[in-house]
Amino acid sequence: MGISLDFMALSPYLGELLRGLFTTVVLTMVTTLAGLMLAIVVAYLRLNAAAWVGMALGGYVELIRNTPFIVQLFFIFFGLPALGIRIDAITAAFLAMTLNLAAYSAEILRAGIESTARGQLEAARALGMSSLQSYRHVVLIPAFSRIYPALISQCIIVMLGSAVVSQISVYDLTYAANFIQSRNFRSFEAYLLVTLIYLLLAIGMRQTFLLAGRRLFAYRQGEHA
Amino acid sequence: MIDFTLWDIVRNLLLAARWTVVLSLIAFVGGATLGFVLTVLRLSGTKWLRYPINIYVDIFQGTPLLMQMFLAFFGAAALGFNVSAWAAASVALILFTSAFLCDIWRGCVEAVPKGQWQASRVLGMNYLETMRHVILPQALRLSVPPTVGFSVQVIKGTALASVIGFVELTRAGTMLNNATFAPFTIFALVALFYFALCYPLSCYSRHLERQLYDAGLR
Repeated sequence: MGISLDFMALSPYLGELLRGLFTTVVLTMVTTLAGLMLAIVVAYLRLNAAAWVGMALGGYVELIRNTPFIVQLFFIFFGLPALGIRIDAITAAFLAMTLNLAAYSAEILRAGIESTARGQLEAARALGMSSLQSYRHVVLIPAFSRIYPALISQCIIVMLGSAVVSQISVYDLTYAANFIQSRNFRSFEAYLLVTLIYLLLAIGMRQTFLLAGRRLFAYRQGEHA
Repeated sequence: MIDFTLWDIVRNLLLAARWTVVLSLIAFVGGATLGFVLTVLRLSGTKWLRYPINIYVDIFQGTPLLMQMFLAFFGAAALGFNVSAWAAASVALILFTSAFLCDIWRGCVEAVPKGQWQASRVLGMNYLETMRHVILPQALRLSVPPTVGFSVQVIKGTALASVIGFVELTRAGTMLNNATFAPFTIFALVALFYFALCYPLSCYSRHLERQLYDAGLR
């Protein structure tokens, strides 16, 4: 039994697709920024704070890395209200994605920071840079430039993983696909189109990151990195 | 109304965890087999093989696993195949795993110094002989830690099979939650079960990585 594909059946639903795309893009942008900032704090504290703080943060990182994102999302969305913390779906999605990205990136970042030679920091201090200045210019930015490719991949993985937030009724791209196929029963077309949009988003995201990287790490140009 | 004790919840989750393990094994064994074939084909040179395999890998790495599940389940049904959640989840996870392992393993083969290829060719070995006797044994050693590490991603990936109605750990958690309204306990337990499955593998992978590092191979 063969059936014909009809992609034109999707055209009345352009508005839904755009709405879903908008949510996915905004959610990804906000969580990428928040997640990376949190990752810097976590990586810094794991390396410099008291032992018990490092242990606690290590526990957080391992817990996130060894459980599925969907379970983390369900725990935050369904579990926390049971403790009296009320949050709506989009906040839960934001929280889960940020905590997830931060745990993975902190681990990547830590490896980058650890590979900075101790002498460089001491040299920067000897040259009269403040401790914040030297940490920023001598440790953090070079660490970022070394781990940048791994970081890009991780941010893309989180964007793709965000498809799961449709399961707690956040109106993202996947939710739009589910909605459309529930209306016109064209499931294959709807999912194929949305999968293609995700693929384009992933490619676009990588190119944007690479472009930004060329600016951010302009000082390294001409170096054999 | 049936009352669920904590033991009832744990017992049901344990029963469902079996299917998480079985699905993970299917995905990993199937994905590794397909991934191995793809790796060898991709490395064998001709661009008519290399380009399609590169695109295959990029597509599976660049789209959500959830979408792959949906396409395997609803898409196949729309095309006239009647597939169960079992079959759809297995197919989606096997393809997903094969694409990632193909990429990981290619990196391992490429990490073997180029000079060894040339030396083998000079000694009169052909492509297959070089691969089998010189390159693969070394690449295999390099590939074990990242492969074990990726198995954690496979286990976590099986959680998405819950969305198409496959009853494994996550789905069982959702169902128990609907019956008991104790989401905090249940999802904490579900997370704990996944952690118990994944954490030993993560530690083992890191341990193997350190061994390679100490041996001076990385």
